[in-house]
Amino acid sequence: MSHDHDHHYDHDHSELSETELRVRALETILTEKGYVEPAALDAIIQAYETKIGPHNGARVVAKAWADPAFKAALLEDGSKAIGTLGHVSRVGDHLVVVENTPRRHNMVVCTLCSCYPWEMLGLPPVWYKAAPYRSRAVKDPRGVLADFDVTLPKDMEIRVWDSTAETRFLVLPMRPEGTEGWSEEQLAELVTRDSMIGTGFPKTPGAPS
Amino acid sequence: MNGVHDMGGMDGFGKVEPEANEPMFHEEWESRVLAMVRAMGAAGAFNIDTSRFYRETLPPHVYLSSSYYKKWFLGLEEMLMEKGYLTRDEVAAGHAMQPAKTLKHGKFDLGQVERIMVRGKFARPAPAPAKFSIGDRVRARNIHPATHTRLPRYVRGHVGVVELNHGCHVFPDSAAMELGENPQWLYTVVFEGRDLWGEDGDPTLKVSIDAFEPYLDPA
Repeated sequence: MSHDHDHHYDHDHSELSETELRVRALETILTEKGYVEPAALDAIIQAYETKIGPHNGARVVAKAWADPAFKAALLEDGSKAIGTLGHVSRVGDHLVVVENTPRRHNMVVCTLCSCYPWEMLGLPPVWYKAAPYRSRAVKDPRGVLADFDVTLPKDMEIRVWDSTAETRFLVLPMRPEGTEGWSEEQLAELVTRDSMIGTGFPKTPGAPS
Repeated sequence: MNGVHDMGGMDGFGKVEPEANEPMFHEEWESRVLAMVRAMGAAGAFNIDTSRFYRETLPPHVYLSSSYYKKWFLGLEEMLMEKGYLTRDEVAAGHAMQPAKTLKHGKFDLGQVERIMVRGKFARPAPAPAKFSIGDRVRARNIHPATHTRLPRYVRGHVGVVELNHGCHVFPDSAAMELGENPQWLYTVVFEGRDLWGEDGDPTLKVSIDAFEPYLDPA
């Protein structure tokens, strides 16, 4: 990886926005003062781009669908159960997994900022961090779900988890029908990011992705 | 503080607009901001609660009109100036002009990257027994601190039920103000939607928050 500070800004456009200039200036100052090494910043970004993401959560969900003992352990202590899967990104101590059932749908929000299970799902999408979702999820979750073209039965309980501390929540969606005998790898393909936030469902077997 | 960041239950922000195939970053500078925040935090310039507080204290019109990473950038710049890691003159000049302030954990270099990809631990030994048990009815206190808190306005004064006990955690209200970790018991407390939003509220809705013990009274 290059240590050349300027290589991050090799854009096609000749004009830099005011924000780009200010960010660039701040990085220059932090570097000149010896607080950070630009190559270490590069490495952080690369780690986020390659190591975390919804594929981690999808493997956990698929394993829970396929392995009842793992599912029980996951619901009992999410961090501990995921810790037994060496290949999945380390989630720390405070992950709570909440299960969707035919009677209850779970949805996760952070009304105060943007708390989100990064290790399981990657960096949150813009909508998760933006005012419309943060304001409405706790008051009108069915209206929010309609924005995702998701409709729940009228009498289904909706449980919204507002992530107000360092605990993090992952939704365990219901296993789609028609997947009997599928391998964990096949099942993982059906698990979407939104189904683990509670704003969507897993893909249906055979449907175009 | 009762800021615009405390958005739960506010009206008028419009529809949620998911973006298909959203990239991890929309502009390259966003990734540099994320990395600088992570690096300077890991180097010991601030804790996560302090960084949240600086974003919350952006002027309301700035908070509402800035993109997510712009808020991170503005909060970071202000925080580093106020904590003495850089000066306004340096920011204006775009170059270092003053000696560096010593960082608690030293320079953030390549060798530090691995450790920040593991989520931090916030659990701490309990200084006292828990006041509440699972199943207890509790009332969220009607408090309005001007400083950082993680008790959202929409639950204040309402009665809920303790559902989970997460043990003792760093108390953000103290940590954000650099008053120490002051560990407190942390509970998931669940509220009926209609208790929060009135008779017009969704009868199938339950909402939980994670509440530190000082946010709660017996009910």
